[in-house]
Amino acid sequence: MFKRLAETGAAVAITVDGRQIAARAGDTVAAALIAAGIDHCRTTPVSGAPRAPYCLMGVCFECLVTVDGVGSRQGCLVPVRDGMAVETQTGKREAGR
Amino acid sequence: MTKASDLAPSYDLVVIGGGPAGLAAAALAARAGLTTVLFDENPGVGGQIYRAITFSPVKDRAVLGEDYWAGAELAAEAKASGALIVTGATVWSLDPTRLVGVSIAGQARLIEAKRVIIATGSLERPFPVPGWTLPGVMSAGGAQTVLKAQGLVPNGKTVLAGGGPLMWLLAAQILRAGGKIDAVLDTTPRKNWLRALAHLPDFVLSPYFAKGLKLLREVRAKVRVIRVDRLEAVGDDKLREVVFGKGDNERRMPADLLLLHQGVVPNVNLALAAGVAHAWNERQLCFEPVLDEDFNSSVPGISVAGDGAGIAGGTAAAERGRIAAIAAVRALKPEASVPDLQIVRQKLQREAMGRAFLDWLNRPADSFRQPEGDTIVCRCEEVTARQVRDTADLGCEGPNQMKAFLRCGMGPCQGRLRGLTVTELIAAQRGTTPAEVGYYRLRPPVKPITLSELASLPIAEAERKAVER
Ligand SMILES: Cc1cc2nc3c(=O)[nH]c(=O)nc-3n(C[C@H](O)[C@@H](O)[C@H](O)COP(=O)(O)OP(=O)(O)OC[C@H]3O[C@@H](n4cnc5c(N)ncnc54)[C@H](O)[C@@H]3O)c2cc1C
Ligand code: FES
Repeated sequence: MFKRLAETGAAVAITVDGRQIAARAGDTVAAALIAAGIDHCRTTPVSGAPRAPYCLMGVCFECLVTVDGVGSRQGCLVPVRDGMAVETQTGKREAGR
Repeated sequence: MTKASDLAPSYDLVVIGGGPAGLAAAALAARAGLTTVLFDENPGVGGQIYRAITFSPVKDRAVLGEDYWAGAELAAEAKASGALIVTGATVWSLDPTRLVGVSIAGQARLIEAKRVIIATGSLERPFPVPGWTLPGVMSAGGAQTVLKAQGLVPNGKTVLAGGGPLMWLLAAQILRAGGKIDAVLDTTPRKNWLRALAHLPDFVLSPYFAKGLKLLREVRAKVRVIRVDRLEAVGDDKLREVVFGKGDNERRMPADLLLLHQGVVPNVNLALAAGVAHAWNERQLCFEPVLDEDFNSSVPGISVAGDGAGIAGGTAAAERGRIAAIAAVRALKPEASVPDLQIVRQKLQREAMGRAFLDWLNRPADSFRQPEGDTIVCRCEEVTARQVRDTADLGCEGPNQMKAFLRCGMGPCQGRLRGLTVTELIAAQRGTTPAEVGYYRLRPPVKPITLSELASLPIAEAERKAVER
């Protein structure tokens, strides 16, 4: 869906569900997922439908992921950090836990 | 990086939001000698228009355009002004006594402010079409954000749909960056010209005219533009194709990315939670705060500047921020010298030229604001248009009551992304106006906050405030 215009920014190693992906300094978690071609980041609590980041500006809460063990973080507002472990979420109801 | 523990317990001025309005306000106030702190929840300042202005990897200036790079000066001015600028700082509460609840890297604080300027800007109007929750469907603003901040460009089968100046700007930016767009689906109704025409002379004299024409030509030279009055995203686990049409004609186009845009509306959540009075704007089809000419709200000491005060654009946002800051300085430090208010007001007035034409011309069609059937209205709680309409028919009079019926508005986004849709649907169904129906009653926290964040409030401070209020 997306390509990087230029490979600027230092490489930052993060894992998504245990798998290494190549992020860049300046990425948010949501942007790193998009750049890596990961097509959804969670499933909904109501119907279990897959969802992906939608607004990328902190409004829609579609980008909720678990970051370093903390659930339901807004991936589009969290900058990546070396060694960060991101997990996609399945139907977790509560936000901000 | 500023930590929560670096914050003072109180400031003369707290500015919420670091877009053009917030940056200009903080710079002016700090320079006049007010102790000033600015909070923005994003990783960098700039707001929407100047997103990532201090670290954008897009180095070719032609891609984002000179209007983007103009933001660098504002950011530098704010930094040099002495204002404390804190990014990654989410404001989750503001009350009428101007107590500001903020959270930075998991640590929360309650900060007292003599004056508050809310500069939380705008957000994209919800654009609920069938299938808009599928992965692969994204807001156009979202695509623009990852272009500005991370240098990501669409390179698959991309369709852009909707209307308004920002949609055309994004199309041009993607193309200049070497990205691909297969089609632009223009949803603006031709009959909008009837209302817009009266404002054409003003528009022709405004700077928007030349810029707008150039953008349209640039995009049309490279991409097919198709007028549509129906739009649907189709796929199983993700977007596979876009179905669209006009009248009886229906067409399908394979796509892996559909970008939606239907203009922007003020982000009213924080102002509403603080008790600021709002009114319906029929031309722009949104709620906006009721303000005086200095952008003071109905709550003493709280003003709203920038597009959060009603959509007027990025340059106007900065001038509005300056006017609100001058009012704050005059109230707290009348002896300090400030720029000439009349000159700032004149600049602001010039910015207003041409807006009426743009607003009327780009007014989104009813069918794209008031969906039917199984189209999801509330993305968080997966409530459909039919459910909202049926509940309105049962006698539900407003969005607050709707929460009890459908949980619609109770998910984490707290109605940000569909508040307007729900209000308009209830109004349409009950034969009344959005002004009559009203909006969600919002209470703090306006953003989800964790218990551990609350627990991180310094005890003495929390206790003192609990007793005081
Ligand atoms: C996605 C999007 C893209 C846009 N792109 C352009 C563009 O390219 N060109 C253009 O001319 N106009 C653009 N606009 C229109 C925009 O409204 C501009 O006119 C301008 O950015 C408005 O400036 P502002 O200072 O009022 O607010 P904004 O620039 O919107 O800045 C508001 C800031 O407040 C912060 N904020 C919001 N809530 C909180 C909170 N609770 N706690 C802490 N911080 C908070 C946000 O992170 C944001 O940085 C865009 C709008 C949107 C929604
Ligand atoms: S993508 Fe919308 S909140 Fe993160």
